[in-house]
Amino acid sequence: MSLLETKDLWVTYRTSEGDMPAVRGVSLTVDSGQTLGVAGESGCGKSTLIAAVLRLLPKSTKVTGQVLLDGEDILTMNWRELRAVRWAQASIVFQGCMSSLNPVQRVSKQIAEPILLHEKIGEKKAMARVGELFEQVGIPASRMHNYPHQFSGGQKQRIMVAMALACKPRLILADEPTTALDVMVQAQVLMLMSDLVRDLELGLILISHDLSVLGQTCNRAAVMYAGKIVEEGPSAVVFGAPAHPYSSALAAAFPTIGDQRFRYAPSGLGGDPPHPDDLPSGCTFHPRCPVAREECSTVDVELWPVDSGHRAACVLVRDQERALA
Amino acid sequence: MSDDLRTAPGHQETPAGPQAVPAVVPPVSPLAGAAAADEADVGEPAIATQRPGANRAGPPVVEVRRLDVTFTGRGLRRGQDAHAVDGVDLQVMPGEIVALAGESGCGKTTLARTLLGLEKPTAGEVAYQGSPLRYSSRALKAYRRKVQLVLQDPTGALNPRQSVYEAVAEGIRIHKLRGNEEELVARALSLAGLRPPERFFLRYPHELSGGQRQRVVIAGALALEPSVIVADEPVSSLDASVRGEILALLLKLRDEMGLSVLVVTHDLGLAWNIADRIAVMYLGRIVEVGPTEDVLANPSHPYTKALLSVAGEGMAARTTRPVLLKGEPPDSTRIPDGCRFHPRCPALASGAAEAAGVAGACRSTDLPIIPAAAGHAAACHLVSAS
Repeated sequence: MSLLETKDLWVTYRTSEGDMPAVRGVSLTVDSGQTLGVAGESGCGKSTLIAAVLRLLPKSTKVTGQVLLDGEDILTMNWRELRAVRWAQASIVFQGCMSSLNPVQRVSKQIAEPILLHEKIGEKKAMARVGELFEQVGIPASRMHNYPHQFSGGQKQRIMVAMALACKPRLILADEPTTALDVMVQAQVLMLMSDLVRDLELGLILISHDLSVLGQTCNRAAVMYAGKIVEEGPSAVVFGAPAHPYSSALAAAFPTIGDQRFRYAPSGLGGDPPHPDDLPSGCTFHPRCPVAREECSTVDVELWPVDSGHRAACVLVRDQERALA
Repeated sequence: MSDDLRTAPGHQETPAGPQAVPAVVPPVSPLAGAAAADEADVGEPAIATQRPGANRAGPPVVEVRRLDVTFTGRGLRRGQDAHAVDGVDLQVMPGEIVALAGESGCGKTTLARTLLGLEKPTAGEVAYQGSPLRYSSRALKAYRRKVQLVLQDPTGALNPRQSVYEAVAEGIRIHKLRGNEEELVARALSLAGLRPPERFFLRYPHELSGGQRQRVVIAGALALEPSVIVADEPVSSLDASVRGEILALLLKLRDEMGLSVLVVTHDLGLAWNIADRIAVMYLGRIVEVGPTEDVLANPSHPYTKALLSVAGEGMAARTTRPVLLKGEPPDSTRIPDGCRFHPRCPALASGAAEAAGVAGACRSTDLPIIPAAAGHAAACHLVSAS
């Protein structure tokens, strides 16, 4: 059984302007000790997806499908069960470490809070745990009683990681955890997260718009477009030899330094991602697709296997597969 | 000085002095467009056929010489001034795209702001077309028409209550440009790739996508017919697929109008995409500079190497483990003695500097400032020794 499995997950925001389907039938799995990267442009539904996993969305949002954590469906849990899952089984690292910490509270107290709420241990033991967590993310435990402003950006992001680990969860959802950081600091934080995944046997979902971040850290990768997964597979394959035209365009936007093909040739994609209340017919990518055919405006294909463990939702892949069969 | 600096074969002599007259160039040269635009307000932009568009014979369009920018202020004790820029020589030639790269806090944005006349240098000077920048408001106004700024976040740079037309026309009105305002706005918008321009006149920023907003910001700059655009992280707030489009626009403007661009970025991939030359900055100094191909494909400074190793290596499988520098960039109120990079230098930590017999120098001897006209050069004791 997978650590986390979503089955045909749909998330629809209800707004005064009508229903906005942000996630449209996403099925994915994450195992222990594995990192799944989710890539896509802003508005593709990647943040909504992980918010839906822990039911952090507004009450009015319509969520259907299944989110199985160790086989138990989070979407049907009652409030009490859900609270037990949050922090202790699965936790989130958000992007804005600068605004996620309370500036007038000592960091140690903020990290100890979920521990004290979730476990029946005293303050002293909780503080000892905070000290261990600090060491685990590479900050001297002696600094745990400082205030957030006394830490640098990279350290604050490490503290967010420490906080996510506070109640020993098995799954961590990280939403653009390094976007606000410098390249060098970003590399340090990513390295830390990879080490933690390996050492603690965690499952990690890493969301980023930056493919180089995902390529460095993830075993598997999924590319989302307009609320759907359009390609999924081992990250080296998805980013190195993508099968879906959208993944190719996204990968080409991140040049390989030293490769003459990218020199004086920045690569982009015309147009903009579609708005969820105005999705194109057929394959939602067809208006921007460089290789679109006539049928693409009417046919929306599901994920077809490219190789073992590698799938893409494109008529080209489908035709190839059919030709082989 | 050249003994202390590794200087690549492509070394160029310092161009003619400040009083030099722009060289007469044949009309096929990409510079023709820029020169014409400068001399006679605006001619039709000449179309360049070759790359790179830089004409190294003329004087640099903009240049900083021995630039120091020091901030003193509340919270900083005496003797603890922040040396944001600490001795920088840099030139941008006509029709050249120069990338200024480094981590945050390295002084790259301060350097760009000083170049725009938004900060006054503590020492050294900024020069435009060979003559030093004067800081009277009249001189600055004329200067800022020629050297335009494009910021990182177009949503913040545009007034949400101003239509696209108003946003682009504002500069035209301030500088009282001659000609039909509507035509000038339309021309700027279409140069920035918003076509047909009339369709965008009455749009508001919230009706545009991120890429379109950045094009409006660029159109606002182009409306004033600048010779240089200083772009501070122009694509880092944009989506990946849009990023390439904006970079392609900058390249096109350089090719077609001979525009020079100084692009401030932390993204080395961006430099590889569009820059002719790259300067890598660390703690207020340029530590390595040269043609982008040389610096990025064959880096010599340990800092450049480390940055490259963690940079988005495209999608190709990573072959080498990244060189992780310990800690964050040190702060500019306490610049280390000797080589300013030595406390974090992997070459010193690994003993490579010791083996080459320069470890002492790394810790105690400051490096000379790389001259602006150097080819590929790095400020590093180890590089000079080998």
